[in-house]
Amino acid sequence: MTDHTDEQAPAAASFWRDPRKRAIVFQVIVLAIVLGLGAYIFHNTLHNLEKRGISTGFAFLHNEAGFGILFSLIPYDETYTFGRTFLVGLLNTLLVSAIGIVLATILGFIVGVARLSHNWIISRLANLYIEIFRNVPLLLQILFWYFAMLPLLPHPRQSLAFEGGIFLNRRGLYLPAPVAEPGFGWVLVTLGLVIAAVVVLRRWAHRRQEATWQIFPVFWTSLALLIGLPLLSYGLLGAPLDWDYPALKGFNFQGGMTVIPELVALAIALAIYTAAYIAEIVRSGIQSVSHGQTEAAYALGLKRGTTLRLVIIPQAMRVIIPQLTSQYLNLTKNSSLAPAIGYPDLVAVFAGTTLNQTGQAVEIIAMTMGVYLTLSLTISAFMNWYNKRMALVER
Amino acid sequence: MTDRKTHPASEEIPAVQLQGVHKWYGEFHVLKNINMDVARGERIVICGPSGSGKSTMIRCINRLEEHQKGHIVVDGTELTSDVKNIEQIRREVGMVFQHFNLFPHLTVLENCTLAPIWVRKMPKAKAEEIAMHFLEKVRIPEQASKFPGQLSGGQQQRVAIARSLCMNPAIMLFDEPTSALDPEMIKEVLDTMIELAETGMTMLCVTHEMGFAKTVANRVVFMDGGEIIETNDPHAFFDNPQHERTQLFLSQVLQH
Repeated sequence: MTDHTDEQAPAAASFWRDPRKRAIVFQVIVLAIVLGLGAYIFHNTLHNLEKRGISTGFAFLHNEAGFGILFSLIPYDETYTFGRTFLVGLLNTLLVSAIGIVLATILGFIVGVARLSHNWIISRLANLYIEIFRNVPLLLQILFWYFAMLPLLPHPRQSLAFEGGIFLNRRGLYLPAPVAEPGFGWVLVTLGLVIAAVVVLRRWAHRRQEATWQIFPVFWTSLALLIGLPLLSYGLLGAPLDWDYPALKGFNFQGGMTVIPELVALAIALAIYTAAYIAEIVRSGIQSVSHGQTEAAYALGLKRGTTLRLVIIPQAMRVIIPQLTSQYLNLTKNSSLAPAIGYPDLVAVFAGTTLNQTGQAVEIIAMTMGVYLTLSLTISAFMNWYNKRMALVER
Repeated sequence: MTDRKTHPASEEIPAVQLQGVHKWYGEFHVLKNINMDVARGERIVICGPSGSGKSTMIRCINRLEEHQKGHIVVDGTELTSDVKNIEQIRREVGMVFQHFNLFPHLTVLENCTLAPIWVRKMPKAKAEEIAMHFLEKVRIPEQASKFPGQLSGGQQQRVAIARSLCMNPAIMLFDEPTSALDPEMIKEVLDTMIELAETGMTMLCVTHEMGFAKTVANRVVFMDGGEIIETNDPHAFFDNPQHERTQLFLSQVLQH
């Protein structure tokens, strides 16, 4: 009857014995230490750089580079700036990572499913593949493909020649390059329209299938439309596309498009190495789905392939996707081993040559690290979105 | 629950015929010379101690297990390693599992329409209509858009029964359908099975529910050690078991 207020709000504990208040104090202290350390390092670096007469800042990006790069997706020569070398390196990193990710995913799924095959030889072979390529260091594998396998190809003069002006030798793969002439824009417009038409067609076919179970040959129709109509407009417009064929001049081929052996070796090594991990991920994902699911599907009369596609894989994906993400991240980051064979990726061109030429170590390394961080976070964000879409909706 | 087209000779062909069926798991002889004929519309309860081979036997009928010797003829089609035969028989034979085995990534309705759409090539609207019909029969139409994980065990098992019935099977196999259920949910599943029996469905049930056996079964089959020990009509089976092992089993089961 006397002290209601006291009962409802117990007396506040003394400052040092209240965990919440203590936590705030500790956090303030930690933050102060971190900020202080950061400021100290920043000032110290600036001071040291000044003392050695090294200018800081990003002005160097506008200076002329003065060195050539073996392979570039965009126009580049010695007269371009260091800013351009950054872009060239970045695009080359993106190129090899993208090729590697696509190849590794396809190969990994095939090997993963093969690993579970009832055919003894196929599953043993898949197992052998996984054990070999997982357990040999990646750098060694890159060197193996570049120094041991590619030199088995012939010299430029004895190039393997394929139909349509394609040549393969130890200096790379040479393809004819398309050169657009007036009127080619219309072919591209036709292609765009056909792609839109195919999307509409697929939707329509899907709805019709649900309504009537009449299967429309969507794949073949789409393929015919996609290839036929643009070809038709190409013909009607008088073939407004010229090809620049590679031709042997002196010691090597000139003209056309070149896929350099460094790119081939790096992409193959990254794909084969990562595919071994992806195969294990796919296997474990499929095995994580209980056998009762397969039995229930079989008991309903579903075929093996349909069961795998509609019952097993959708459930396995929730186990597979998060691990797949980390493999994609690994592949992208591992592509920075490129300098070992001289593929001009971001690390080789920018954190290598550009750094040597300018001496702007802090800025360049920071930019390079920033790029990999951004790439990784972008891949992560995309895969998280995809995972949410595929995730098992249970409740 | 729906009319089945019966061809003239079908009255004479038994729904299921097992002749001299043997099966081994490695060295272990699971099924020893099983002979049994199940007539159309007959309801058979199979019981026996665990490890007696009763589940294995009914799983041989839709080839979830392979028998190594003897003949199994289902609905006039012999089970061989021919994939065509196996697929045909699986289309005509429904199965309900102890652990329901619903597809957790699909809704209740999608669970029911998956096989009619992909196996029977049925238009989606028609498959959904049939699915709703059977979901009403098992008294859970209101759960159609939920996922299996949101349902109780009893509800899940009723969905599993509806899912099988959507394929319009000639024969239904039940593999201990109530063994994984909480006691208060057993009744709702058994009631559904009794209603199904009243429609004249051919049923083979592996179960320990002796009350169900008494109400529904035409015959009770007792198995032990991979053999059929005794087959009898339910009253004779429970009141006057012939075999010593049957007496022992019944005394253990009926105590509870």
